[in-house]
Amino acid sequence: MSVTAAGTAAVDFGGGLLRRISDALFRKPMWFLALLLAPPLLWLGIVYLGSLFALLLHSFYSIDEFSGFIVYEFTLATYAELFRLSNMDVIIRSVVMAIAVTIACAAMAFPISYYAARYAKGKWKALFYLMIMLPLWSSYLVKVYAWKLILAKEGIISWMAEQTHLTWLLDLILSIPVIGGPSLSISYIGTFLVFCYVWLPFMILPTQAALERVPGNLIEASADLGAEPRQTFSTVIFPLALPGLIAGSIFTFSLTLGDYIIPQIVGTSTYFLGQAVYTLQGTAGNIPLAAAFTVVPIIIMLIYLSIAKRTGAFDAL
Amino acid sequence: MTTAVSFQHVSRHFGSVRAVDDVSLDIAEGEFFAMLGPSGSGKTTCLRLIAGFEQPTSGHIEIFGATAEGVPPYRRNVNTVFQDYALFPHMTVLANVGYGLMVKGVDKPKRDAKAEEALALVALSGFGGRRPSQLSGGQRQRVALARALVNQPKVLLLDEPLGALDLKLREQMQVELKTLQRNLGITFVFVTHDQGEALSMADRVAIFNEGKIVQVGTPEDIYERPQTRFVADFVGSSNVLSPAFTKASGGPERWASLRPEKITLLRGNAAAPKGQLKAAVTVKAVHYQGASTRLNTVTAEGHQVNVTAPSSFGRVADGETLTLHWSADAFHVMEGER
Repeated sequence: MSVTAAGTAAVDFGGGLLRRISDALFRKPMWFLALLLAPPLLWLGIVYLGSLFALLLHSFYSIDEFSGFIVYEFTLATYAELFRLSNMDVIIRSVVMAIAVTIACAAMAFPISYYAARYAKGKWKALFYLMIMLPLWSSYLVKVYAWKLILAKEGIISWMAEQTHLTWLLDLILSIPVIGGPSLSISYIGTFLVFCYVWLPFMILPTQAALERVPGNLIEASADLGAEPRQTFSTVIFPLALPGLIAGSIFTFSLTLGDYIIPQIVGTSTYFLGQAVYTLQGTAGNIPLAAAFTVVPIIIMLIYLSIAKRTGAFDAL
Repeated sequence: MTTAVSFQHVSRHFGSVRAVDDVSLDIAEGEFFAMLGPSGSGKTTCLRLIAGFEQPTSGHIEIFGATAEGVPPYRRNVNTVFQDYALFPHMTVLANVGYGLMVKGVDKPKRDAKAEEALALVALSGFGGRRPSQLSGGQRQRVALARALVNQPKVLLLDEPLGALDLKLREQMQVELKTLQRNLGITFVFVTHDQGEALSMADRVAIFNEGKIVQVGTPEDIYERPQTRFVADFVGSSNVLSPAFTKASGGPERWASLRPEKITLLRGNAAAPKGQLKAAVTVKAVHYQGASTRLNTVTAEGHQVNVTAPSSFGRVADGETLTLHWSADAFHVMEGER
C-alpha cells in the first residue's frame, strides 16, 4: 500500500497568504532575522541608547551659575565639579555601600544557591523559587517602609533586644562611629540591611543558575583525583560559579549605586548617588551635573567588568 | 598473587531498589577485569563502590587488603575515567592532567613535567595548552585517561569509556587500552554493556544481571560455556533452545545454547550425516553481512533458530526450507535460567 494517499502531491505549492509568507521567509532566512530583530533594535537604538546618548551629551554642557540656564557649549567643567569634596563624598559613600551590599549578598546567596542547585529536588525546588520570588511581588515602597518600622527605635528589633536582655549589644552596635546612629532606621547599618534585603534575589538567581550548570561528575572527578572538599570548592565549584556571582554582583552593585529611595527613607540625611542625581535634576535644575553623576556608575561598572574579565571570571562561560 | 579489589557479600540498595545485591568478587592485581551487563544491572554501582562515590548498604570491600568502607574517594589510591570524561572546562588540558598532583601539593614545574609525560603516553604531546572544548571526543577520552594515570593509581576504573566514540575510534582505543594496561601493569576494572568490547579486552569478565553477578570467567568460559540462559542470550547471539526443541532434535530434554556458527546448512529437506542432530526450518529473514549472511529461521513447531551462512552457500530467499544439522557436543546444556 502506498503511503502517499491519492490526491496528496509530494510537493505542495498551494495555500493562503500566511502560508505563502512563511514559505517566503523560509527561503530568505535573513528577512526572517530582520523581522525578528527590528522591533527590539528600534527600541534599543532609538529610545534606550538615544536617550542615554542625550544624557551623556548633557554632561559635557555646563550651567550658568548666575542665570541657571544651560550653556550649550562643550566643556569638561561639569566633570571637574564632580571632584569637589562634597561631591566626591557622595560618590565614595555610594561605592563603599555598593561594595558592602554586594559582598554581603554574595555571602548570603552562595549557600542558599548551592543548596537549591545541588540538593533541592521537585517540590523543594519549586518552594525555593517561590520563596526567592515572593518578596519581588510586593511593592518596593511598602517593603522599604516596612523595614523602617522594623528598624525604628520602637520597632521589633529593639523590642526583641529588650526581651532577650540584649539591648546593650544593640547599643554597642549603634555606638560604632560612622555606621552607627541613634537607631537602626537612621544609620548606615539600616540602609545596608534594607539594600541587602531588597537586592538579595538578584544575586541568588544567577548564582543558582551557574551552580546548576556545574555537572555533578566534575565534583566527583575532583574528589577522585584526590582533592579534599575545600580544594574541590576552591578549584572547581567556585570558579565555575563565578560568572553567576559576577552577574549577580552587577545587579546588586549597580542597583545599589543608582537607588535613591532606600537611603531617603532608611538612613542618615547624607546623600547617595541616586539622591544627588534626583535633587540636581529636580529642585536644583542642574541637568549637566546630574548627567555627570549618572556617568559615574557607568564608568565604575566598566572598570569592574574589565577587572573581572582580566582575572578570568568569564573563562568558564 | 595479590588481590586488588575484594567484595564480600556487598549490597547497595537505593530505597527498595537493589542496585547491587550480595555481590562477592575478587579482582587480582594487574588484571584487566570487565564488568558486563545491560544498563541497570549494577555494574556501574559496583565501580562507584570501588571509587568511593557510593558506600555499601551491607557487606565488606577491601582494596589491596585495606577496608574501604567509610573511606572518601579522595583518600583512595584509585582513579576513574568517567563515561563523559568529566574534564574541567575552565582549565587547560595540562592543568586537567596535572590536577591530581596539584591538589597533592606537587610544585608546578614537576607537576607540568609529569603531566606532559602522561600526555605523551596517550599520544597527545603538544595539546597541553588547549581547552577541553577544543578537543575531539577521542582526544578528550585520552586526556581523561592521562589525568587518571598521572596519579599512578593502584586500580584504574573505566566507566564505559569508549561508549561515546565512533566504531573505528573505539576499535583503535580498545587496542591502545589493552597495550597500555599490559605495559603499565595497573589493575583495570572496565565497565561496559558491549559484549564484544569485554570479550576482546578483558582477562576475566563478570556478567551482571539485576544487581547480581551471574557468571565470572575468562572470555572463552563466558562465550563457550554460559552457565545460564541470560549469559548465553546476552553474550554474543547464541541460540537459547528450550528443552522441547533440544529433545525433538535428538538431544537431552534441557535448556541448551547453540552457537549459530556451529550449525551446518543444507538446502531443502535433506538427511543429516550420521550421528548429527538435525532440524527442518523455514527462513524468516535474511541479513546480509558481507563475509556471511545471518538467517532467522523457524521450525514447524515455532522454535526460532539463528544460523550463519557462509558466502559460499549462495543466495537464500525468504520462505526457503533448509535443513540444519550440528554435532551432539555443540549443545551446551545450561544449569540456570537467570
